[in-house]
Amino acid sequence: MEEFAALIDALVYTRSRNAKLAIIAEYLRYTPDPDRGWALAALSDGLDFPAVKSSTIRNLLKERVDPVLWTLSRDFVGDTAECASLLWPAPLEAAANPPSVADAVDALSKMTRKTAIQELGGLLDRLDPSGRYALLKLATGAMRIGVSARLAKTAFAQAFDVSVDEVEEYWHGLAPPYPELFDWAAKGEAPPDTENLPLFRPFMLAHPLEETVVSMEDYAAEWKWDGIRVQLVHAGDGEEAETRVYSRSGDDISATFPEMLDALQIKAVLDGELLVRGTHQGGETGGAASFNALQQRLGRKTVSKKMLTESPAFVRLYDVLQWRGEDLRTLPWSERRARLEQAVTELPDSHFDISRIVKAESFDALAEIRESARDDAIEGLMLKRRDSPYIAGRKTGLWYKWKRDPLLVDCVLMYAQRGSGKRSSFFSDYTFGCWDGNPDTGAELLPVGKAYSGFTDEELKKIDRHVRQNTINRFGPVRETEKELVFEVAFDSVHSSKRHKSGLAMRFPRIHRIRWDKPAHEADRIETLQALIRD
Amino acid sequence: MAAPFSWIKPEPHGIHVVPADSWVDPSIAVGHALVTHGHADHARGGHGETVATPETLAIMELRYRTGAEDDAGEIPHKAVPVQYGETIRLRGGVDATYIPAGHVLGGAQILLEHAGEKVIVTGDFKRRADPTCPPFVVTPCDILITEATFGLPIFTHPPIEGEIAKLLKRLEDEPDRCVLVGAYALGKAQRVIAELRRAGHHAPIYLHGAMEKMCRLYEDHGVSLGELRLVADHSKDDLRGHIVVCPPGALNDRWSRRLPEPITAMASGWMRVRQRARQRNVELPLIISDHADWEELTRTVEEVNPHESWITHGREEALLRWHQLHQRRARALAMVGYEDEDD
Repeated sequence: MEEFAALIDALVYTRSRNAKLAIIAEYLRYTPDPDRGWALAALSDGLDFPAVKSSTIRNLLKERVDPVLWTLSRDFVGDTAECASLLWPAPLEAAANPPSVADAVDALSKMTRKTAIQELGGLLDRLDPSGRYALLKLATGAMRIGVSARLAKTAFAQAFDVSVDEVEEYWHGLAPPYPELFDWAAKGEAPPDTENLPLFRPFMLAHPLEETVVSMEDYAAEWKWDGIRVQLVHAGDGEEAETRVYSRSGDDISATFPEMLDALQIKAVLDGELLVRGTHQGGETGGAASFNALQQRLGRKTVSKKMLTESPAFVRLYDVLQWRGEDLRTLPWSERRARLEQAVTELPDSHFDISRIVKAESFDALAEIRESARDDAIEGLMLKRRDSPYIAGRKTGLWYKWKRDPLLVDCVLMYAQRGSGKRSSFFSDYTFGCWDGNPDTGAELLPVGKAYSGFTDEELKKIDRHVRQNTINRFGPVRETEKELVFEVAFDSVHSSKRHKSGLAMRFPRIHRIRWDKPAHEADRIETLQALIRD
Repeated sequence: MAAPFSWIKPEPHGIHVVPADSWVDPSIAVGHALVTHGHADHARGGHGETVATPETLAIMELRYRTGAEDDAGEIPHKAVPVQYGETIRLRGGVDATYIPAGHVLGGAQILLEHAGEKVIVTGDFKRRADPTCPPFVVTPCDILITEATFGLPIFTHPPIEGEIAKLLKRLEDEPDRCVLVGAYALGKAQRVIAELRRAGHHAPIYLHGAMEKMCRLYEDHGVSLGELRLVADHSKDDLRGHIVVCPPGALNDRWSRRLPEPITAMASGWMRVRQRARQRNVELPLIISDHADWEELTRTVEEVNPHESWITHGREEALLRWHQLHQRRARALAMVGYEDEDD
């Protein structure tokens, strides 16, 4: 655990990407199995120990130190694991017999909710503050130390001089501590066999179009549907055959959409938008309900029959990566599109259709079509280069998303909460409201949304100062502020909601501009938002 | 007879010693000021008369040119030096005694006595050894007015030897670079340099221009800092393998571009918290503070054993809670203007 703790500390304090890669690569080269595999898992996808949650740490610490002092400290540090590592009362005898990473993983995975508090305490007693920090980060899954999964995989590739694309290809078929991966890359053995597994392939993603203008000869346009991007995979033969649905991040969400599993019985990898039947998006011909309707179905581990009949899901196909066992990713988009049009005829139209091409003579003509589609509740347009292969990640110039311009509303800052990670100790999460009537005749503000993005670091510092100097109430980590500061908030859409006092919920709200100049009573009223509701 | 302790009143901009009409560490200009130490948030310019240790007065003179003549050719400011251990009588029958606080050169606690009642204002203080100033002296009193900059139990400053060793190790590991140490220009910088000397590091240490005068002032007061050179007088190559000391504000400033791939270090008690170090882009955090950590704060209250503690600034909620848990009386004063983001 000492080496792993030193690795984590070094990464926390290293800024340059190349230096981070070198530090991780060196660790992976010189640390024995299986510790390095567990470390790689911790740095990339994170490990999950169901018995150990942030609340476990909280409860454990509240047993050992005064709860009030714990809360004040946690609030200041902004990170439960780090705060606990600093506050943990070290045993009188110096830390002895520190566990290896593998020992710790073994112990953590055997814990139950009942035993976790005591056993976690036992592990902490064997470590110094850095070791405690590393252990708690490992135990709770989210490292938040400025290392992405991609960076960790790139470091692995660099450590053993293999291609990172090849690592990605095997990755989703393997489980920590990835013995097959190390055997292949570090020891020169045969690569892992993933041919017959229903693996996730990383998505091809788009850049925002912004000011770019493209030629319609080189690019094809499609609607950007407002559902969730999914990948459907069917692999294996006979008894082994299996279909899976993956979310954009590669999470297996098959259980949430069981109706899609039977619908795909051909060996294939398909990319599309998961939607619920309805008429909200694109009218009758659009055939899809609003995101709100889909949201009712997200995040469920089991689905009721009622839900399956009332909100049936289907996938609107964008692309085909593999068909009947043939890898099509290197083909140009136009050829893949032709294959997709053929493939969709072999799939049940109860559960599949194809995202149609939006035909436009010129870019200007496309812009006009995009404008006129505003009322159809479609998110915007996608532009895809006709000759581009299917490449994982976001490669410049191949795919663009051209979203509708956001809606804007002026809101007043009401509450601020401290952020965590890089923003710990800064008030960076804001709740804002609109006036419930005329503020000059005594109307009040009702909270309408929360945002924690859209501002620069410099602006964050200024808002933070504003919050500190204008606090009128404290509720734990939350400060209520004077109702003075106006934010111009951008958002994609607004829906009615029973859960909020204001009766509405914004989608993707973010701070667009900070209106230091605007008096609060000139901010918008709730009725402005109500007029924009689309359900 | 007046109510107990009615002669001393905490106000938002300082502690008012009523019978003497004097203020301890006022954050605005006043007629008569008692100043604990030279840090800008405690020692402001523009007072009519300032009582402080000779070292603190020298620091204020350097910073505010308090001894300068005005347009009429007169020196409007009156400086009253008080040695450690010396008591001076103020108006209204108040005695003030200056006692070492162990914080920085010249830093003092001020013991105020009136009508048989004793009040100590600690100013900022620490309990660790510091080669640049005499150690804190525990003095019994009725009311202890204390700071709480690091008043959270997460703050444990490790022994300074380990932090200095960390710095020297990094210097040795990367001889083609320099280690740039951000340190408060008054106190921290000189303490770090003195500790480096104590650890056997005798190579020249390079200074940011803003540090030069204060280092010279320390040397004039008998704190030897070894060979110091100015960065401005040297080329990039001269600095490879050396330590450079600058104010925290210059760490990520354009100024540091003249240095050979500097390893950014910062000497501060806040470096205990990783995210604080990251926010300042620090690669080598050195947990070195001139303030008491949690253990020192609470031990000091126990040893001084006052009837009541008043807490001026910092993380006062946690220190209040500690008092409550230990059946001690305490109150937080809402003071403005004291904050030490860089220490």
